[in-house]
Amino acid sequence: MSVMQQLSSPISSSSSAFLSHSNFNSRSKNVWVPAKRIGICKCVAVPQEAQTAYTTKVSRNANMAKLQAGYLFPEIARRRAAHLLKYPDAQLISLGIGDTTEPIPEVITSAMAKRAHELSTLEGYSGYGDEQGEKALRAAICSTFYSGLTVDQDDIFVSDGAKCDISRLQVLFGANVTMAVQDPSYPAYVDSSVIMGQTGQFQKDVQKFQRIEYMKCTPENGFFPDLSSVPRTDIIFFCSPNNPTGAAATREQLTQLVKFAKHNGSIIVYDSAYAMYTSKDNPHSIYEIPGAKEVAIETSSFSKYAGFTGVRLGWTVVPKILLFSDGFPVAKDFNRIVCTSFNGASNIAQAGGLACLSPEGLKAMDDVVGFYKENTNIIMETFDSLGFKVYGGNAPYVWVHFPGRNSWDVFSEILEKTHVVTTPGSGFGPAGDGFIRVSAFGHRKNVLEACKRFKQLYK
Amino acid sequence: MAIAETFYRDLGVKGNEVFVSDGAQCDISRLQAYIDCGVIVGRAGNFQEKTGTYDNIVYMKCGPENNFFPDLSTTSRTDIIFFCSPNNPTGYAASRQQLQQLVDFAKANGSMIIYDSAYAAYVTDDSPRSIFEIPGAKEVAIEISSFSKFAGFTGVRLGWTVVPEELLYSNGFPVMKDYNRIVCTCFNGASSVAQAGGLACLSKEGYRALTTVVDYYMGNAEILFDAFSSLGLKAYGGKNAPYVWVHFPGMSSWDVFNEILEKTHIVTIPGRGFGPGGEGYVRVSGFGHRERILEASMRLKNLYK
Repeated sequence: MSVMQQLSSPISSSSSAFLSHSNFNSRSKNVWVPAKRIGICKCVAVPQEAQTAYTTKVSRNANMAKLQAGYLFPEIARRRAAHLLKYPDAQLISLGIGDTTEPIPEVITSAMAKRAHELSTLEGYSGYGDEQGEKALRAAICSTFYSGLTVDQDDIFVSDGAKCDISRLQVLFGANVTMAVQDPSYPAYVDSSVIMGQTGQFQKDVQKFQRIEYMKCTPENGFFPDLSSVPRTDIIFFCSPNNPTGAAATREQLTQLVKFAKHNGSIIVYDSAYAMYTSKDNPHSIYEIPGAKEVAIETSSFSKYAGFTGVRLGWTVVPKILLFSDGFPVAKDFNRIVCTSFNGASNIAQAGGLACLSPEGLKAMDDVVGFYKENTNIIMETFDSLGFKVYGGNAPYVWVHFPGRNSWDVFSEILEKTHVVTTPGSGFGPAGDGFIRVSAFGHRKNVLEACKRFKQLYK
Repeated sequence: MAIAETFYRDLGVKGNEVFVSDGAQCDISRLQAYIDCGVIVGRAGNFQEKTGTYDNIVYMKCGPENNFFPDLSTTSRTDIIFFCSPNNPTGYAASRQQLQQLVDFAKANGSMIIYDSAYAAYVTDDSPRSIFEIPGAKEVAIEISSFSKFAGFTGVRLGWTVVPEELLYSNGFPVMKDYNRIVCTCFNGASSVAQAGGLACLSKEGYRALTTVVDYYMGNAEILFDAFSSLGLKAYGGKNAPYVWVHFPGMSSWDVFNEILEKTHIVTIPGRGFGPGGEGYVRVSGFGHRERILEASMRLKNLYK
């Protein structure tokens, strides 16, 4: 039939064609679907799977549908992989995903190996541990990071990482809270908020989710939000030293933040994963600020200190005096989440954590942090010498300004021309556009080589 | 890959459908259901003191009267069905016919099964070890499992979840894609060290060593089962899972728990803790050193003789 022959050709943009919007990769196949009027055939593209595939009657979680694309870093990884396909011989250098590269110090890995072997002995075997973490580790975290700050060891919950804790905190808060984030910020805060149902739809024109308050952090305001123009939200996510900008909030700024939270009855979730990267003059913990225990939760991680990005170990502090509006202690509910939705960090990882906090381990971590800090300096100097406005230095990230340019374009240009992977600033929020984040994790020779290539590209 | 090959050979489960995690308990909350998590996520409705149930949850009674398999003809449709087999706490492993019924039921209702197979390694007869042994299951089921009870990894933390490509939401969107997004956003993977252990578990030598440990626990379960049976009590389980489910008709399970604890210094779990259908039962676990299990068996015999 001539009609069928016509319809078997690929879909055109004719007005009689109807293309269903599909959210997943599928090959569309033209199908002849008889329309109601006699003699007229409507051409309908039907995803191949849906034609014959059985679907359940379970509705997709609408919150998941609000997310725009994959999580940022797997997306960077995809582009990196595609680039390697295109240039299989390229000496690709990854300064994109903030992943540590230097080996874990021996004192720490031997503790993990020892613990692993102990699990093969009757005396040394242990099963389920305290979901909140092993007591010795909680005590060590307390005395190492919170000495003199009236944080108790039982305020500390050991976890498999700050990223995971962020989502557990979101489950704790539930769908009916409002939240504020720095703009730009680590994508997990916004994405977990969307998944929990705290937000409205994504607005493409402003690149923001409805109902999230984005607190702009730019060179103009010294990367600290103008709190006088920030409306009240229930929760405020604040990361300092900051990923991606590398800025560290001062004592005065954090005092303002705590005051602001107290005034508004808000809860701060303070992400201090990069604390060891900033100088001793800047606060390392929110609890250095008077009054913080009544308004703040602090989350942190061994990832960037000990190279534990794969080992998975972090912690969250929930002070006993942090209360919900009805007087119920937040820590009690967090404990319930930790006992119900989690089963504690791996005992082997925890043994590693304890070794990290031994005198030898602390020295070793200091050396590793120092190494990455030196990388940061090298990268900053490079871009500075090329005439770029460069920010950061208090975290292992360099925030480079490309005024007026789309950051994904700059990302692509750098990748294409220098085979160096970075991260486009807009991936962290709309105020990140016009910036590129260069991560300082890498072998020294790779960092030096990358800088050489930057100099060639932008001289 | 190793998980797909070891546990799902011939069942058509592919490596990319397997998501490694830090344990079934954590995966359950990532799938966001089961009773407590369902409550936490806000779907369970209010708790009714009288019945001991949450309003919006359908409780499928499993007892000796129905061979520990729910009467699906009287079960209302729900979107999600949690099903654990071999079962914690009853120790019962559903048969192939029963699981086929379950899959058919899910298919007829457009529901999704979340199948908890954490105790699969304990099956001793030919009860299915995976829901994917049942034809049609890949279109309706997610399977979660764990190295905890298989490899003694309760502290090490390692498990996995299988989300088949064919499992689709009502709008045709693959569940796997959303699960992947959760795993990338709310999680950062299981510890690399734990995963190295997992790989060793699935080596020839590792797997063989672990089956010896499983047999050991099952030997314990048998001792406990016999101890209770010899006292004239009706005991269930113990054959396909390391749990023995003992019936104390007409008694409150907390009272039995207290009596046993008080008089024999043995900790058990009152069945009521697992839901209203657990009332009148106590769960006794076969995890323990053999000498302790034998000691416990002796004390129990002395208590109830």
